[in-house]
Amino acid sequence: MNIRNEVTFASIRPKDGLTAALGKDRDVVVEEVLRSGLKGRGGAGFPTGVKWKLAAEAKAEEKYIICNADEGEPGTFKDRVILAEWADLVFEGMTIAGYAIGAKSGIIYLRGEYGYLRQALEDKLALRRTEGLLGDDVMGKKGFSFDIHIHMGCGAYVCGEESALIESLEGKRGESRNRPPFPVSEGLFGCPTVVNNVETLAWVAAIFALGPDWFKHVGTEKSSGYKLLSISGDVAHPGVYEFPMGTKISAILKAAGAERPKAAVVGGASGILVPAKDFKRAICFEDVSTGGSIIVLSEDRDFLDILENFQEFFADESCGQCTICRLGNVKLLEGIRLLKEGRCTTKHLQELCTLGSSMRAASKCGLGQASPNMFLSILQHFKGEVLGRPQADDHFVNKRKAS
Amino acid sequence: MPNSTAEKVRPVQKDRPGSKVNSLQDEIDRLTERFGTERKALIPILQEIKKRHHIISGYAMQCVADRLSISPAEVYGVVSFYSFLHEEYQGRIVIRLCRTISCDMAGKDAIARQIQNDLGIKFGETTPDGKFSLEWANCVGMCDQGPAIIVNEQVFTHVTPEKVQEIITACVKMYERTPDLFKKGNHNEHKK
Ligand SMILES: Cc1cc2nc3c(=O)[nH]c(=O)nc-3n(C[C@H](O)[C@H](O)[C@H](O)COP(=O)(O)O)c2cc1C
Ligand code: SF4
Ligand code: FES
Repeated sequence: MNIRNEVTFASIRPKDGLTAALGKDRDVVVEEVLRSGLKGRGGAGFPTGVKWKLAAEAKAEEKYIICNADEGEPGTFKDRVILAEWADLVFEGMTIAGYAIGAKSGIIYLRGEYGYLRQALEDKLALRRTEGLLGDDVMGKKGFSFDIHIHMGCGAYVCGEESALIESLEGKRGESRNRPPFPVSEGLFGCPTVVNNVETLAWVAAIFALGPDWFKHVGTEKSSGYKLLSISGDVAHPGVYEFPMGTKISAILKAAGAERPKAAVVGGASGILVPAKDFKRAICFEDVSTGGSIIVLSEDRDFLDILENFQEFFADESCGQCTICRLGNVKLLEGIRLLKEGRCTTKHLQELCTLGSSMRAASKCGLGQASPNMFLSILQHFKGEVLGRPQADDHFVNKRKAS
Repeated sequence: MPNSTAEKVRPVQKDRPGSKVNSLQDEIDRLTERFGTERKALIPILQEIKKRHHIISGYAMQCVADRLSISPAEVYGVVSFYSFLHEEYQGRIVIRLCRTISCDMAGKDAIARQIQNDLGIKFGETTPDGKFSLEWANCVGMCDQGPAIIVNEQVFTHVTPEKVQEIITACVKMYERTPDLFKKGNHNEHKK
């Protein structure tokens, strides 16, 4: 499984968190999540307690808890490991969330690529039902019923975005919605819905097992607790690591055995490029924030190859609703190929940067907004490396000039 | 991930006796009994049809639309959006090679070339016998163990060019044990 250091989840006894939470009033549960300082582990870092509080206060017959297990950000695989190793903590986190906001049903949106995890998860859910941890009167708590079902995704990265995910659950194309309204007020089937990442929900179970203050005291002022990181690329020991929030990138790379690192891509295709001179920066919400992906690039890597790969990803995965995202990503890809061929003028490059800024501002969802990040990030730090590349076929260029 | 534009191999279309039409309709009736007739049942129903028939034909889309009382265009819109749903026939064994960054850095190009050689098809194509389809995948969450391949619902990691043929052979063995999977002509059943 490539779990490389000690992960807190391994030491949490199942049921501890759930027992503790169900022994408290609903509003106390929300209060403790707020106090723990837990923020979303899926990338955006929204305070989990605030999300729950809004959903708890919403008046509705039906409410839903959704576990976002669509893990599609390039370089991220920690949710897969959590689901394979500590799924019960995720189920408990969902159950606690259901109790806190007054929801009866939970849905795990599991990406299609993780189909091989499904049977084991179904078996565990069945066992929980027979043990009274799911179903009517959970753990004997009168009036609290909760069950969890698994919905399989169909291979679309954008469905990890919470409103696209909800559209997909409703049987539609996974196209992001306009916000507001936010899912906490109008989510699945128009009902108040909490969407949380797999890791966030597992931390909820840990927080109730060990107490909100334990969590609050780890990490930094604005980023409590630990973070699981998925580390891949040019490292000797790729895999899943746990670090306290606020750990310096240099320390993380050292632990993973980075080989002559020139830069690290933090946050996947939607993330940023951190050049070696900035490795003193820290992983946390107030500095370099990430859903968990760190890809290390050694000195031998060509940034244009990396960039082309990311840009192909976005051109492929854009849902196509917004013109600027749909066409902008294709334009950037063409630009990168021009750079590779040594045929991009400085003026055109400038235009592409302007396009990138417009994409950030004018796209409807996080996919389009984040898609030019890597392009702009690489140009900011390594412009000199991408301009003036040799042309494969000078003859062709000369002929074009002549005609 | 929109479906690849590369030309897909379509099996020969044969005339189909009327009983087969009814069998597909019956099958969809049973699926609606299981998943319901609300809009939210659409994707689970399509996933089942894809799993059993390796294709979601125009006729199947029409039947599903009728049962859920929605327009066939809505069904088509969904089928064309998701890369795991397909209106075209796909082989019983779908091989998806991850092309994203970590697998790319780990050497996916060599794997891609060797799979194409060993299967005799390009990405986006299906072998004429209907056994294999070859597709690209975007990051499949195995970046620490790349290059990674997903075969139907099984994952292979640390793939090397010399392992490609082994994987193909293992797949054939595994699926030959599964009844019906390689039954001749089966994949033509629901073509209109
Ligand atoms: C394009 C895109 C893809 C996303 N993919 C995921 C994902 O795979 N998993 C995830 O938990 N969050 C993903 N998110 C973030 C979700 O929209 C949402 O913020 C998150 O699930 C909320 O849970 P959290 O607060 O526990 O992090 C994605 C966002 C965008 C814009
Ligand atoms: S930004 Fe891109 S992915 Fe997001 S809604 Fe617009 S077109 Fe779709
Ligand atoms: S990059 Fe191939 S599995 Fe993530």
